[in-house]
Amino acid sequence: MPQVNASGQPYEDDAPEPAPAPATMASTDALDDLLEEIDGSLQTNAEQFVRSFVQKGGE
Amino acid sequence: MRIVGLETEYGITDPDRPGANPILLSSRLVSACRDALGGLTARWDYGGEDPLQDQRGMRRERRYATGDLLTDSPEYDEAARGVTLRRRRGSWEDPAHLNAVLPNGARFYVDHAHPEYSGPEVRTARDAVRWDAAGDAIVLAATRRYEEIEGERVSLYKNNVDGKGASYGTHENYLIPRDVDFDALAVALTPHLVTRQVYTGAGRVGLGAFGDAAGFQMSQRADYMETEVALETTLRRPIVNSRDEPHATRGRWRRLHLIIGDANCLEVPNLLKLGTTSLVLAAIEAGDERLEELELATPVEDVRTVSRDLSLSARLTLRSGERATALEIQRALLEIARSYADDAADAEIVARWEGVLDRLGRDVMEAAREVEWVAKLQLMGRLRAKHEAAQGVPMAWDDARLAAMDLQWSRLGDGLAWRLAQAGAVERLTTDAEVAQAVAQAPSDTRARLRGAAVVGLGEIVDAAGWSTVVIDRDTRHGNLEVVHLDDPHEATNALLDSLLDG
Repeated sequence: MPQVNASGQPYEDDAPEPAPAPATMASTDALDDLLEEIDGSLQTNAEQFVRSFVQKGGE
Repeated sequence: MRIVGLETEYGITDPDRPGANPILLSSRLVSACRDALGGLTARWDYGGEDPLQDQRGMRRERRYATGDLLTDSPEYDEAARGVTLRRRRGSWEDPAHLNAVLPNGARFYVDHAHPEYSGPEVRTARDAVRWDAAGDAIVLAATRRYEEIEGERVSLYKNNVDGKGASYGTHENYLIPRDVDFDALAVALTPHLVTRQVYTGAGRVGLGAFGDAAGFQMSQRADYMETEVALETTLRRPIVNSRDEPHATRGRWRRLHLIIGDANCLEVPNLLKLGTTSLVLAAIEAGDERLEELELATPVEDVRTVSRDLSLSARLTLRSGERATALEIQRALLEIARSYADDAADAEIVARWEGVLDRLGRDVMEAAREVEWVAKLQLMGRLRAKHEAAQGVPMAWDDARLAAMDLQWSRLGDGLAWRLAQAGAVERLTTDAEVAQAVAQAPSDTRARLRGAAVVGLGEIVDAAGWSTVVIDRDTRHGNLEVVHLDDPHEATNALLDSLLDG
């Protein structure tokens, strides 16, 4: 490895705690509101919006 | 960790004029970006571009290269058979080739028909995530400025497909010692690239390159991978790209350029994408023989198989004749990678990698806070359930509302992915303050520091900058351009540039 940051320390010493297991959705109310908003916006223009999203190939 | 970097091509559209020329939109956006940054940008130095050299040792002749491969064409000089300094100065005013080298060491420019943000060189996957998020913020600020200047709207999407056949890329770059055999590397890395989709996929509504079959799959890019190794990036797209353009001392380094990855709006998949791949590369560099047992018999087909296997149960055939699921292959790679985790940043990757595989293995939906395709699938599942409860009929996967939601997911500014993060429903790794700092400043521990500092502090005399050069013009008659070479990406200091910066 070409890195300079290999300190030689065993990583257990300074390893962060493993990520905790995810809880259920943090804010169900906020999500319900978001879903309501998505649903409302999709009723009117979804088809035209999707049809008009045309890109050229890239990279 | 090694030096890495991340490039993002954004989808671009004028919502009021769907047919607007995307090259023109992108050029104006780069111009607006320069303006938003108060003119603190430099032009691009094409001197380091070398798009036709192949990692496998050959060189594509220029006349046999398709136009899209010729990234140096804005300043290529036919007579000199290369990019010359005179030529570099001459094309500065050409609006069709707008570039901006940014204060944070990144490059923002027009790549074919898309605006592209190429992040600065960083040393950890966390920094890659941070400067990638900074790119989103910079590009969003540019769209706001664009709308003020042009009096027209523009929308940017951090995705990879339009659902009508077009795909545009998100590219990863990894610095690798030159003495690593490229052919062996490509073979050994492929099982990881095929199976990491289970946690890196951004999710996609539609199956097939043209989205002609209804359904949901893990990856945006899977249906566009057609071969194992190739030089091209726009046709016959390969799992492992072989462009040999190191942007560093050629005799010492390779730059592995991968085009298979999805653009990630969530931060954890971005972290894992770079972190796990770097660790697998460390195992390859060390010649770890355990990797051979994981080689796949038909990797190109397997990319599609894994992307469509939402229950994570499909068995891939290994070259040995045995069969294994993507999760089993990932668990084996994790065990190998453990041996190469040599600092706290690597240890975080290993812990997260293990955690996400465990959760995916128990119940895919347990990973909805961290895996993008799962978060997207879950939100769509809720909309479908709501619809079914109200209407009594299920919402089919070819319903335009789901395709619209897929696009809205990645729209800069109000995208659903970021709305979920704001609602605390998906995990964030960065803070707003960290991202704001990365908008204004380059990483301090790579040569990007010099590029960014030169753009900010030496604007008057910096003629151009590239990945491995800063071109200085301090002769009042402009008769003498000095090219400062920064051929070691680890090197964050330079005698001449630092003396000018201190002066």
